[in-house]
Amino acid sequence: MRNSAAPNHEGAFYQRDRSWHPPAFTPDYKTSLLRSPRQALLALGNTLSEMTAPVFGHDAIGALDNDLIRNFATSGDPVGPRIIVHGRVLDEDARPVPGTLLEFWQANAGGRYRHQKESYLAALDPNFGGCGRTLTDEQGSYWFRTIKPGPYPWPNGVNDWRPAHIHVSVFGHAFAQRLITQMYFEGDTMIWQCPIVRGIPRRAAVEQLIAPLDRAASLPMDALAYKFDIVLRGRRSTMFENRMEGN
Amino acid sequence: MAQPLSRLKETPSQTAGPYVHIGATPNFAGIGAVYPSDLGSLPVSPKTQGERIILTGQVFDGAGVPLRDALIEIWQADANGLHAGHGEHRGVADEYFNGWMRQPVDGTTGLYRFETIKPGQVPFADGRMMAPHVSFWIVARGINVGLHTRLYFGDEEPANAADPLLARIELRHRVATLIAARGEQGDVPCYRFDIHLQGDNETVFLDI
Ligand SMILES: [Fe+2]
Repeated sequence: MRNSAAPNHEGAFYQRDRSWHPPAFTPDYKTSLLRSPRQALLALGNTLSEMTAPVFGHDAIGALDNDLIRNFATSGDPVGPRIIVHGRVLDEDARPVPGTLLEFWQANAGGRYRHQKESYLAALDPNFGGCGRTLTDEQGSYWFRTIKPGPYPWPNGVNDWRPAHIHVSVFGHAFAQRLITQMYFEGDTMIWQCPIVRGIPRRAAVEQLIAPLDRAASLPMDALAYKFDIVLRGRRSTMFENRMEGN
Repeated sequence: MAQPLSRLKETPSQTAGPYVHIGATPNFAGIGAVYPSDLGSLPVSPKTQGERIILTGQVFDGAGVPLRDALIEIWQADANGLHAGHGEHRGVADEYFNGWMRQPVDGTTGLYRFETIKPGQVPFADGRMMAPHVSFWIVARGINVGLHTRLYFGDEEPANAADPLLARIELRHRVATLIAARGEQGDVPCYRFDIHLQGDNETVFLDI
């Protein structure tokens, strides 16, 4: 349904380039074997059910939600290198995505998650929970403060280890833009050994997940900064679509 | 050389992994001190318009084993077919209905359960009405890109028969994978919607 009240960039989303994402079936990541659909996806095109998305306001966010150093701590700061992660959420046409919710979760500096399924020997940190969230501002910018997570072993191959990473969830402005990904750290050679990373077919796509060290934004005697920009799907102009409708 | 299109590429997806609960449902994961409640876990308000319903089911892998670590998000219209959020320009949705919910499956049984309302009808791109449906998004360890699908209601046969999405499914026996059978829990309609990631009953997933 067309509506002249819609801003004219709110057309259908560009088709997702699935060759840029990992395929469902990535046998070196063993869990994907039984959890990967084998039938072709049904190509639907967008309807209003996918071109809409929930709104999360500032009332949903607490003052410490973007500070993983303080949001769980009770007896002092968590152990580990203090870092700031910042960046922008843009669409494929480089338009900022303002007011969108980002969620983060990660292991502590020793590579240990606060989770009952975790079996790594590294110690829990009594002052680190490992979750955070924030909203982008009008320019699509966001930031949060945390400690740098450690690498950790996982049951896949006999001796597989994940590179240090932060999990990131982004809502966008449409259910079609919903995305969960992982951010890696510049200079980590373990990135290229990881079966989960290696599920991504193209090197340039992997590089899009590697946050560079941002010395200029780092705070003296306080925290290093890493910059992680996120790109969500872009969309056609409704101007095109309205013209097409007349024929 | 032509001019560059200079369009950016979408950030590649990575699996939500086994610890997705820490980020999405920390209270469920036992991290209770950070957020007052898990986002998307609050019940529908008594003031919300519409028929109360329950959606439940399991997510099965290719060996027929239910996942016990999956996370499911649902997104739906209100009782009048309007969405409470970005991209809705046809009218104002029910102010007491958010339309979005999120639940982990149970860590033992693999069952998920949403207590929501029956959505109204939403138009397809060409203006035809779609049958009432709820959009599902499933992430878990071993799922590299979140999976989109839809729940349709088993007691909406005429609307389902006219639904443009269901009509597009070429292998007609697969239509049934999107249709939830109606039962009752107490006096509340309860729809059973199992999701099969693989195998003979593989659910129809959407490229949207
Ligand atoms: Fe992880």
